[in-house]
Amino acid sequence: MAAVIGPVALTRRRLSRAGLGLIGAGAIGATALLFTVTDFQGVVDFLLVAYLLYLAGQTAVSYRVEGSRSAKNRLALTLLVSTLFLALVPLVAVLYYTAQRGLQAITPGFLTHSMSGVGPLDSGGGAYHAIIGTLEQVSIASIISIPVGLLAAIYLVEYGRGRLAYWIRFFVDVMTGLPSIVAGLFIFAFWVLALHKGFSGLAAGMALAILMMPIVVRASEEMLKLVPGDLREASYALGVPRWRTILSVVLPSASAGLTTGIILAVARVTGETAPLLLTAFGFDAIRTNPLKGAQSGLPLYVFNQAGSAFNVAVGRAWAGALTLITIVLILTVLARLLTRRNRLV
Amino acid sequence: MAVAAPTSEPLAPRQTREVRRGDRVFRGLTLGSGLLILILIVAIATFLVWKAIPAFRISGLHFFTEKGWFPDAKPAKFGVAAIAFGTVLSSVIALILVVPVAIGAALALTELAPRRLGTVGGYVMDVLAAVPSVVYGLWGVFFLVPKLIPPQRWLSVHASFIPLFQNKSNTFGRSVFAASVVLAIMVLPIVAAIAREVFRQVPRAHREAALALGATRWETIRMAVLPPSRSGVVGAVMLGLGRALGETIAVALVLAATFNINLRVLEPGGNTIAANIATKFGEAGIVGREALIASGLVLFAITLAVNMAARAVVYRSTRIAEGKV
Repeated sequence: MAAVIGPVALTRRRLSRAGLGLIGAGAIGATALLFTVTDFQGVVDFLLVAYLLYLAGQTAVSYRVEGSRSAKNRLALTLLVSTLFLALVPLVAVLYYTAQRGLQAITPGFLTHSMSGVGPLDSGGGAYHAIIGTLEQVSIASIISIPVGLLAAIYLVEYGRGRLAYWIRFFVDVMTGLPSIVAGLFIFAFWVLALHKGFSGLAAGMALAILMMPIVVRASEEMLKLVPGDLREASYALGVPRWRTILSVVLPSASAGLTTGIILAVARVTGETAPLLLTAFGFDAIRTNPLKGAQSGLPLYVFNQAGSAFNVAVGRAWAGALTLITIVLILTVLARLLTRRNRLV
Repeated sequence: MAVAAPTSEPLAPRQTREVRRGDRVFRGLTLGSGLLILILIVAIATFLVWKAIPAFRISGLHFFTEKGWFPDAKPAKFGVAAIAFGTVLSSVIALILVVPVAIGAALALTELAPRRLGTVGGYVMDVLAAVPSVVYGLWGVFFLVPKLIPPQRWLSVHASFIPLFQNKSNTFGRSVFAASVVLAIMVLPIVAAIAREVFRQVPRAHREAALALGATRWETIRMAVLPPSRSGVVGAVMLGLGRALGETIAVALVLAATFNINLRVLEPGGNTIAANIATKFGEAGIVGREALIASGLVLFAITLAVNMAARAVVYRSTRIAEGKV
């Protein structure tokens, strides 16, 4: 005779969305009450108190209705989602505040005038000389680091086996964490002090190249790895030698991804300030020759103007920051748009 | 068609040799580029040591105990004690602030967000990482530092039983704490991006197994996702530490430079090695520049050690995840 087993509840009671909404409304209401009765004030404080009340309310109600495991689950998931929003706050704040202050401060001549003969207290002046400097320095860095970085990535993916490849990959990774000021100091010690070449846009370009190279290698390596082995084998089967296979089959099929990686690397070094300080040094007038003499660069310009105690100069710093951030964001978005064309991902 | 192997024999070897030569040259080129990176690290160390020796000769071992920075005075007096302390202190506080947020955000992106949102989150992290440090610094000085005064005052009033939060100067603003908050915001995308990669390595089947056993989402994260990711997350945090230690411009803009060893992080002042190089370089004389190179050598050594340890940990964890160890 089998014991009669009654219906077993396979699910517990769950909190509905409406219930959660109710807790939220309650938390906001309670906070509003608290802020009118006591001398609490401020938008941030309000949000913080309401948030904490909501967390407490949700956990308590969930504990009653759904049990302790569900309560813990809800609390943890809410906290995780909150950290994601918290991480986004600074991004929005930086972009918004820079755009606001930059648009206030930017003058019609900002992009077409240099700082030649403009004192810290004078209004006017611009970043033309700095933009030229940045264009030249970043171009020099790209000319040096893109071929070297690409070739090193090809070595790692196509030829590299064993110990040596392991160590090259390891130190490329370590180099991505090289402080930018150390790259600047190295070029200063090597180019300016040891070789007596003086400050120049070229020196700045070399310092930036050191920072750019590991980024190019890592990004290219990831892309080259995605090229299917079948493509290579098909090419070998046709009697094409390995190096020609790499140049005419592997590289073209990875080209979209490679371009993305390279553009992101360019965007990264365009904003580097510290190395410029030690290698380009800064210069107020237009200097188009990057080979000789101190030069400015856009990030360096922003840093120098920001260090001034005068409002006009700080305004120029904001205008420069807006210009810089616009360039960098355009490059980043461009790189992302290219990813869509990438058929390997 | 005839196979005519014997008749084509004179041709074949020559062809192969040419092909081989092309391959050899190309392989040599790529290998050379790879080796160049190893050579660069050695060159950086060599030149920094070489050009720092005169400064070490002047200061001797006091370089590691002296707090002040007057390399161009007579007699010259300078050392990294205070700035090395400031470097480590600000970076450690930044990490304490950033680690929970970065790991939480990475978990939210991999475990909770729908796939689409996860990709968008990845883009946003890219953009955050691309914002130049000088912009963060400018924003830090003019926006964040004033906003941080009330919370700092609150901490100094209500949490002064912790010595760290005492403020004897009773002025608030450009403190080590404020610099640490800016640093935390700057390393956030790096730590979050690497943590995200680490969490993604956890096989889907592990999560599904946990869920099938009736675990809640949080229990799945705690029991199936976090344990295998532990060393990878440690590596991500250490890489963030490396970045924070070397960050220059934002700190140089935010901190009001002083040269003392002070654990009370809410008081204005403090300095780091990198920020000190940026602010002192322009006015430095010959000894001053050599002294700055010497301090840069210390920074290079610290960050190199941290980065190498971090990479070693990350490598090990990904190899474990791929089942190679």
